Amino acid sequence: MIEDVKLVSQKFDISNAHTLEVALLHGAYGSIEKLFALTPQEVSGIVDQSGLRGKGGGGASAGEKWKLMPLGEDKPSFLVVNCDESEPGTFKDRQIIIKDPHLLIEGIIATCYAIQAHHAYIYIRGEYKPFADILQGAIDEAYQAGYLGKGIFSKDFDVDVTIHRGAGAYICGEKSALLESLEGKRGHPRLKPHQKECEWYFGNPTLVNNVETIASVPYIVQNGSDAYRQYGTPQSPGTLLFALSGHVNRRGVYEAQFGIKMIDYINHYGGGIRGGKKLKAVIPGGASTTILRADEVMEARLDYESMRAMGSSLGTGGMIVMDEDTNMVEALKNLLEFYRHESCGQCTPCRDGSGWVDTIIGNLLKGKASMSDLDKTLAIANTMDGKTICVFAPALADVIRGFVTKFRSEFEAYIRKSKR
Amino acid sequence: MSFVWSDENLQMIESLKKRYPKPQALVLPLLWMAHYQEGYISLDAIDAIALVSMLPPMEVYRVATFYTMFHLAPIGKYHLQVCKTLSCTLCGKEDILKSIQELLKIEVGQTTPDNLFTLSQVECLGSCGTSPVVQINDTYYENLTPQSIAEIIKGLK
Repeated sequence: MIEDVKLVSQKFDISNAHTLEVALLHGAYGSIEKLFALTPQEVSGIVDQSGLRGKGGGGASAGEKWKLMPLGEDKPSFLVVNCDESEPGTFKDRQIIIKDPHLLIEGIIATCYAIQAHHAYIYIRGEYKPFADILQGAIDEAYQAGYLGKGIFSKDFDVDVTIHRGAGAYICGEKSALLESLEGKRGHPRLKPHQKECEWYFGNPTLVNNVETIASVPYIVQNGSDAYRQYGTPQSPGTLLFALSGHVNRRGVYEAQFGIKMIDYINHYGGGIRGGKKLKAVIPGGASTTILRADEVMEARLDYESMRAMGSSLGTGGMIVMDEDTNMVEALKNLLEFYRHESCGQCTPCRDGSGWVDTIIGNLLKGKASMSDLDKTLAIANTMDGKTICVFAPALADVIRGFVTKFRSEFEAYIRKSKR
Repeated sequence: MSFVWSDENLQMIESLKKRYPKPQALVLPLLWMAHYQEGYISLDAIDAIALVSMLPPMEVYRVATFYTMFHLAPIGKYHLQVCKTLSCTLCGKEDILKSIQELLKIEVGQTTPDNLFTLSQVECLGSCGTSPVVQINDTYYENLTPQSIAEIIKGLK
């Protein structure tokens, strides 16, 4: 039996909770008094102790990231909230910004205070215009109420929030590409520094966090790190807005603790597989995570460490469920078209590799590929892995290897059929 | 034909300038303003954006061509963007596309002769839980069936 835990999604079922009036009735901005009673370092400390991990896919420790921000510099600091949500299978951040935008704003205030930033940008994907409008409405209300702007909550602290719309580029969800885009350039990921440091926006220290990460902060500030740690596992504390799409009866976003069994989640929230069919495979956390066969799904647990041990990763927690009738060759072709289209084109292994594998699998579907072509896809995957600026190509390599090795017989069947 | 900012956009530009450390950060917001004002990004608009963002026009052009949502030539009044990524495909995207093509008699990438509809396939729209989905201009139409998308398009005609 799965126990419902709602730390981020507690106001999702309340109608009109996106308005300040309704949100206040249900406890919005309840962490603010506690926040300003603490020093910025204490806030960072609580978040660090809570074990909060970045919920945009990477799962890096939020507290460690925050500590990389220099305090008391003469340069201004910035907070950038990543709402570029473009990972196929992922649609959780949009739930926060349309159903409870004030929770995000509350989180932004707390985070800005902790890192002493006075301006936050919310980078939202261009397609999300209707949802950006709802979020802007909430921001306007917060300005009017004195929760944003100069001297917020009658305290000596200023916070401005600006929504910045992208324009249809998956790669801008990569934090350094996002910052390039925010600087008015093409979304090309930056080379990574050899040691851990903060991000830079026009040369100013900058923190980039996912919407859900920031929206988790108010609960932690208000209730303390121990309260957050009572959920999830020791290494993956708390909850995630996991999501279900594909062949399940009830698709959607449902918050759950880390560490529960994947199959329990699919059955409890998703109501099992559509049409009484058998499960074939699940892509566990957005398209870029390695696919799991049904037998692996039975064993899988939804936390970062367990998924890593299975040779996949938790990613964004957006599960794409496929039933027994799914053609895995066509499914891979579909994803390859996505990656070919979205490669930013900066690094040759990625730009050429994504197109090359897509062409080979396209040929295979037309009956024009040989066994050596199939092996070539794996060789190309190895050429892409770890040889590019960002993790786009390594993720794609995992996708190719996952499909081709775990469902090899289906790929070979196409080749054998064409030889006849 | 030259490009002139609307009064509303001129006001918006002034308020946005205060929100960014450098004018070059305004490129994307300005591209969006020009896009909404004219329906596409003309080369004259690129020049106007370059003036405000204090960049060479070619830099602005480089950016405009990177992002798939900007059109550098006029398209139909309604842009039908059918999501083609995995979750939508698993849940019946092909039938939606077929329904649109049968109704409008156009292929992907084409515009109807009356310039009302342009049909595109796009990558994941972030609506996987309510697939299949079509975005028409800015509006999302979710949980579609071949019948419902046909009704929606007939309503726009």
